[in-house]
Amino acid sequence: MTNQAPRFWRSIPQRYNLSGTHCTSCNEYFFPPRNLCPNCRRGAHLEEYTFKGTGTIITYTTIYNATEDFERLTPYNLAIIQLDEGPKITGQIVSSSAGVKIGMRVRPVFRILGKEGDRGIIYYGTKFAPLLEPSCSEEKTGDK
Amino acid sequence: MVSGIVSYGVYIPRFRIRLDEIARVWGDGEEITEGLQVFEKSVPDLDEDAVTIAVEAARNALQRAGVDPKRIGAIYVGSESHPYAVKPSATIVAQAICTSSSFTAADFEFACKAGTAAVQACLGLVGSNLIDLGLAIGADVSQGAPGDMLEYTAAAGGAAYLIGSRDLAAEIEGTYSFTTDTPDFWRREGMPYPEHGGRFTGEPAYFKHVAGAARGLMERMGTAPEDYDYAVFHQPNGKFPVRVAKMLGFSKKQIEPGLIVPMIGNTYSASCLIGLAATLDIARPGERIFVTSFGSGAGSDAFSIRVLDKIDDIRCGAQSVRDYIGGAEYLDYAMYAKHKGKLRI
Repeated sequence: MTNQAPRFWRSIPQRYNLSGTHCTSCNEYFFPPRNLCPNCRRGAHLEEYTFKGTGTIITYTTIYNATEDFERLTPYNLAIIQLDEGPKITGQIVSSSAGVKIGMRVRPVFRILGKEGDRGIIYYGTKFAPLLEPSCSEEKTGDK
Repeated sequence: MVSGIVSYGVYIPRFRIRLDEIARVWGDGEEITEGLQVFEKSVPDLDEDAVTIAVEAARNALQRAGVDPKRIGAIYVGSESHPYAVKPSATIVAQAICTSSSFTAADFEFACKAGTAAVQACLGLVGSNLIDLGLAIGADVSQGAPGDMLEYTAAAGGAAYLIGSRDLAAEIEGTYSFTTDTPDFWRREGMPYPEHGGRFTGEPAYFKHVAGAARGLMERMGTAPEDYDYAVFHQPNGKFPVRVAKMLGFSKKQIEPGLIVPMIGNTYSASCLIGLAATLDIARPGERIFVTSFGSGAGSDAFSIRVLDKIDDIRCGAQSVRDYIGGAEYLDYAMYAKHKGKLRI
């Protein structure tokens, strides 16, 4: 039996799609979602907001010695990413053969975040990969 | 009612292993790659499975045509590597692409043709006006036992098709299936790797069913190979689709754009659907595409597709198959074994 399923289930919107909040009074975005705007307090108007997921790497580190759940992934890169809307979040960087660089633009990708052993649930969620554009849209831009 | 493809999206993991490298480990000669006509295959990342691949393909399909996911009334995910034995992949995909809760969903399994069976199910629901849009996905991280012939081709990838009746990029003019009980390939409950009947997977399985479905559809529609600009057949290796095309009267030129197995291997439920996507990536309005899948066990689904004007508007909305084929990162066998979970720590 698992006792983690409800905790995981409650955070699915944030893990799958970076669902946060936005204060329309001061135009600040929050991730994870807040139900109080620290700037506007009683004058806040908060709405649900799903982040685009694109952002810029502020800083990063490479993990060589991980906890048991992540030791199969080593070495892996963990970065602080500033989303285009403003909030900074921590996320793993994948699919980057050129390595990770500060200032690199990234996009969200859907990956396995962890597994509850061989019998428990699989946690899915968002990691980040270098931003790519479809090649034919680049060709179109080049034509202009 | 005219039904067809509103949008499509694919996803192919960026890692590859060259078949020469697999042959080096098992002491097989170069004749293996020449015989299979497959030279490298895609390998999933350590944190990818059929669900993550299905989600990426589905997001590409939505992005390509700017479709509102709330319109989707059915999601069917075809795979033979669903990560859960009991718990649908389709519900995870739905949540990840932000559908409403008002949709029907199920996971399909029919070896390599579960994805095209999902397309047919969506066509039925759209055609009978029960739903606005259906999402049909074929996605796999297929398995081959170390040293087995399957290990040379078992790859990973996914393709998603939005099936509807308005704003069509391509019309599905007709579909026909050919199905029998043929034990050419199977995996028993709880077993990590599938078994197969060796040469028995050829004539009585692949060729009989692909030819049966293809001829059945052309007969029903009154068409012939020369009526089509392109053809796509299921690609377990590089030889079978070329041979079945020749048997049926299709030319090499017709199958060339959709023949992707030499570069990425057999992506199982996604194989023929990625081949179709590669063809849609270059097809012009008015052109016709003939598609036939194959699933061991065994059955084939054939489709006659006519490309419409809308294709030019959506083509550049997401990564193409060639985008995914390029930019590959190569692994040696040790890293491949780690990626595929063949190493038990």
